[in-house]
Amino acid sequence: MKFSEQWLQEWVTDTGTTETLMEQLTMLGLEVDGVEPAAGAFTGVVVAEIKTCEPHPNADKLKVCQVAAGGDELQIVCGAPNARVGLKTALSTIGAVLPGKTPGEVFNIKKSELRGVVSHGMLCSEVELGISQESDGIMELPADAPVGADLRDYMQLADQLIDVDLTPNRADCFCLRGVAREVATLNQLAVNEPAEQAVAETTDMVMDIDLQAPAQCPIYGSRIIKGIDNTQVTPLWMKEKLRRSGLRSIHPVVDVTNYVMLELGQPMHAFDLHQIEGGIVVRMAKDGEQLQLLDESEATLTPEFLVIADQQKALAVAGVIGGLDSGVSAATQDIILEAAYFDPATIMGKSRKLGVHTESGLRFERGVDWDLQERALHRATELITEICGGQVAPIKVAKETAHIPQQQTIRLTRDHLLKVLGFAVADEQVSQILTALGIDNQFDGQTWTATSPSWRFDLAIAEDLIEEVVRVVGYDQMPAHRLASTDAIRVIPEAIRQWRHLKQQLSDLSYQEVINYSFVGEKQLTALGLDQDVFALANPLNQDMAVMRTHLLPGILANIKANLARQNHDLALFELGKVFSKSTEIQQEDVLLLAKTGQQAPEQWGIHGQKVDFFTLKGDVESLLAAVPGELTFTPSALAHLHPGRQAAVHLNGQVVGHVGQVHPSMVQKMKIKQEVYVAEFAMNDIQHMVLPQWQSVSKFPSVRRDLAVVIRDAISWSEVANAVKSSLGDDQGLLNELCLFDVYKGDNIEKGYKSLAMAMIFQEKNRTLEDKEVDKLVSKAVSFLAEQLNAEIRS
Amino acid sequence: MSDLKQLLAAGLGQIEQAESVQALDEVRVHYLGQKGTVTTQLKQLGQLPPEDRKQAGQQINEVKTQLFAAIQEKKTTLMQAELNQKLMAEAVDVTLPGRQQAAGGVHPVTRTMQRIIDLFSQVGFDVVTGPEIEDDFHNFEALNFPAHHPARAMHDTFYFPDGHLLRTHTSPVQIRAMKTMQPPIKIIAPGKVYRSDSDQTHTPMFHQVEGLVIGEDVTFTSLKGVLNQFVNAFFEDDLQIRLRPSYFPFTEPSAEVDVEWKKDDGSIDWLEVLGCGMVHPNVLRSGGIDPEKYTGFAFGLGVERFAMLRYGVQDLRNFFENDLAFLQQFSDAGAKP
Repeated sequence: MKFSEQWLQEWVTDTGTTETLMEQLTMLGLEVDGVEPAAGAFTGVVVAEIKTCEPHPNADKLKVCQVAAGGDELQIVCGAPNARVGLKTALSTIGAVLPGKTPGEVFNIKKSELRGVVSHGMLCSEVELGISQESDGIMELPADAPVGADLRDYMQLADQLIDVDLTPNRADCFCLRGVAREVATLNQLAVNEPAEQAVAETTDMVMDIDLQAPAQCPIYGSRIIKGIDNTQVTPLWMKEKLRRSGLRSIHPVVDVTNYVMLELGQPMHAFDLHQIEGGIVVRMAKDGEQLQLLDESEATLTPEFLVIADQQKALAVAGVIGGLDSGVSAATQDIILEAAYFDPATIMGKSRKLGVHTESGLRFERGVDWDLQERALHRATELITEICGGQVAPIKVAKETAHIPQQQTIRLTRDHLLKVLGFAVADEQVSQILTALGIDNQFDGQTWTATSPSWRFDLAIAEDLIEEVVRVVGYDQMPAHRLASTDAIRVIPEAIRQWRHLKQQLSDLSYQEVINYSFVGEKQLTALGLDQDVFALANPLNQDMAVMRTHLLPGILANIKANLARQNHDLALFELGKVFSKSTEIQQEDVLLLAKTGQQAPEQWGIHGQKVDFFTLKGDVESLLAAVPGELTFTPSALAHLHPGRQAAVHLNGQVVGHVGQVHPSMVQKMKIKQEVYVAEFAMNDIQHMVLPQWQSVSKFPSVRRDLAVVIRDAISWSEVANAVKSSLGDDQGLLNELCLFDVYKGDNIEKGYKSLAMAMIFQEKNRTLEDKEVDKLVSKAVSFLAEQLNAEIRS
Repeated sequence: MSDLKQLLAAGLGQIEQAESVQALDEVRVHYLGQKGTVTTQLKQLGQLPPEDRKQAGQQINEVKTQLFAAIQEKKTTLMQAELNQKLMAEAVDVTLPGRQQAAGGVHPVTRTMQRIIDLFSQVGFDVVTGPEIEDDFHNFEALNFPAHHPARAMHDTFYFPDGHLLRTHTSPVQIRAMKTMQPPIKIIAPGKVYRSDSDQTHTPMFHQVEGLVIGEDVTFTSLKGVLNQFVNAFFEDDLQIRLRPSYFPFTEPSAEVDVEWKKDDGSIDWLEVLGCGMVHPNVLRSGGIDPEKYTGFAFGLGVERFAMLRYGVQDLRNFFENDLAFLQQFSDAGAKP
């Protein structure tokens, strides 16, 4: 809502400086969005009258005018098409300063010569004076404008336009009356209502109103005015107020309805009386009903739209916009005015559906004062007849009382006020604030009993009144207290890994956290074969954000691609976030994805680059899960998005908790990523438990190490070998403290299809030193077991 | 006797001039070895008259002791010098780059969120979370958004065909917490939220931290006090905050909180940083809490907004581009430019 400060000052005198006013509005909850001057910063511009207007001798498009501007007549050269004898317009005299094209720039008016003819100044358009964004020619001032008068004084341009951003609950402030009420309440000033005068009725013509949809339109007021003088124009003062509120002058009748809306808050409409057949019918639209709107667009309506119709056809979309045919035109002589109350929920969203955003729709969908219709009709009548004359008929109002919003009776106790606010407000101040806001109230020493006014739709309970009181007292006047504390020390379960610890651990393992959008393109998921049970948005922003991610992989691969493009070739990324799917139930669970590609360590002197491989990721997984309870094992798996020969299921105590592997080379290739990418993925639920440390005695006796190298068929896995070694020891398994694989070798001296495994067996006993003999025996057990069970050959 | 004196002087001179441990050892053998000159003299003591033997023996032994001590001292010096020489040969170029490990880090949103959580945890706020796909009840209805209410339109909601939606704020967690907890309740709820809005200052997904306190003595002034402390603690600065009236369906009274911010050009501006208010009695009721007995306050803040202010990030969209050059500025290993 944009309004002129001057106009507000007609309602509330003495509002202080513009800055104070803006601060006050914001602190009342009417947030000031911006402020701008009513006109550009110009000086030396006066009202002038064109006395003669002759063609320029040397230029077709220019005219040479003699202009009266208070002193001697001045010769002015002008190119405007509307320059004509008798026109009152704006003249920049020599020495005048006009606003330039860019902020801060100025334009000085000097005596000049145009194609050989001297010009003693310049006739100005509204654009040149910073009054309007567009104009067709020089300004056209009213015929009674005083020649020679300073234009700023004449048009009262020392004014600021203040734009307030209203919250949805404050529809009552979409008018001067509402803003004035707020400012007056805060400053304890009086509100000067405009002196309104009822116009005497001079004809008795009324039109029938048939309220067929009383729940949607419980009040419909109308009045006929006949025989208006359609040659009249809207007076400057009204045009200016409309302009300063961001509305254009269109037609005196339309201008008056807009003016009343800005002044009192009642959106109105005027029909051409002769376009209405039979009478006014307020009804729901028929399915598919057509109506050409005032903006010349064609609307196809549905029964959720409320329309103003006559006996034959729809005339207007109620509360939003009028129809083109039934509106007033330059030729209109007889009009019927409308002032109605429409149910906000009915109007809500209709502007958006039609794609037309109107001042009327904005107000009706938030709620218009339901006790304003007759007053608005009186006020509009007064203004229309003042400008255009006409015979005035009686006001006719159709009302369905049952559907008019109820005034709320609200009780607020002193105790409750104190309990919610935490500081005391004097009883008299409470009463006074409520009264000033138009909220009738009585106080019995304990309780205020208040009635919500017809223009407030947001007052129903005690808390609503509390807000009214405290915002007028001032949030900034309120003390700041500490929260009373009743805190106990709470348990933080030590055996559950907090997210932050997990993230820290990953960060220590050199992973950088990323956060991707939770929605992806369905194609991205399909390309990876991860498109089962996809849950798609009904209203996505675009096709690349159309479905909820079922996996974190598309996001991380996109990150890898983007960072590779920026010459970061060695990457370690992780993301922890939800993935989503829907089969019968909606699933949304937290998962973790690790990804590495490129070199294990940054390029540097003294370290030979080693590329990330399956075992890099496996090692990270082992570190990450080291403290998660249960035995950690890996078995080959068969996920479609991973390399078929380089992937494993991760088990804890036999339960699959995740996977590790290389992203399928053909999928990576499709994304034009030219290096191997390894990932590990887990459901967070499965890995958040941690072992609570339990002390164990540490052996003080030395351990004994024996190295062993075996040649074995390539197809036999390390875990088979390790298990064989352990089980060969039988009851003495506990003595094998560690089995460390320190080399895997294929190649020279090893037959094709075979490999050599070199391992260290480290034995230790808790309470004594092991003897060599014992250890030799254990090793030979293992050797013979490996030979028998796995056909292993011992290398010496 | 003069022989002995000369012998001692010559010995000490040779010891002094020895340039290596080996040369020193040769001197030792020459004087004190089995066939050394001092040893030989001791062996020849028996040839002296018995009355001279004692004195001569003492004198020779004294020479022997002095030479021995001088050799030991010289040896220590020579060994130290040899060690130094050897160590100097091992000197490294200390300006060569240090051995680098790849450095990881958490996302700046995580960093900011953890800082916020830490601050509130100090005064007893528990962390709770909720689902991101929500239903209309938790996201709107229970939070006192009537059907068709204009406030819903302000939320630019992402919907699913079955009527579910992506939560537009973390406030649904309020309802879930109230239904499972008993007052006094003191929680914060961090998490992702979604709005179908995307431009320079909006991303369709962002992060919020919701706060909720319910008890018998929770007041609007205590809300102001908590937020005052929080803002000053977060920014480690004594910043002015301003509560100004606003509107949220789920709070009454409601407020937006502005922080007085010094801009680069030195001017002061009010920046909107969070929304808050006293929990609306209808919301307490939706959560199964008696509004006659309890009052509560709630607040919601945008994590990215706080991160931008704290770390000077200019463009919101950076947070979701995941460019390492951006992300690593917020890790402990990469914070120094």
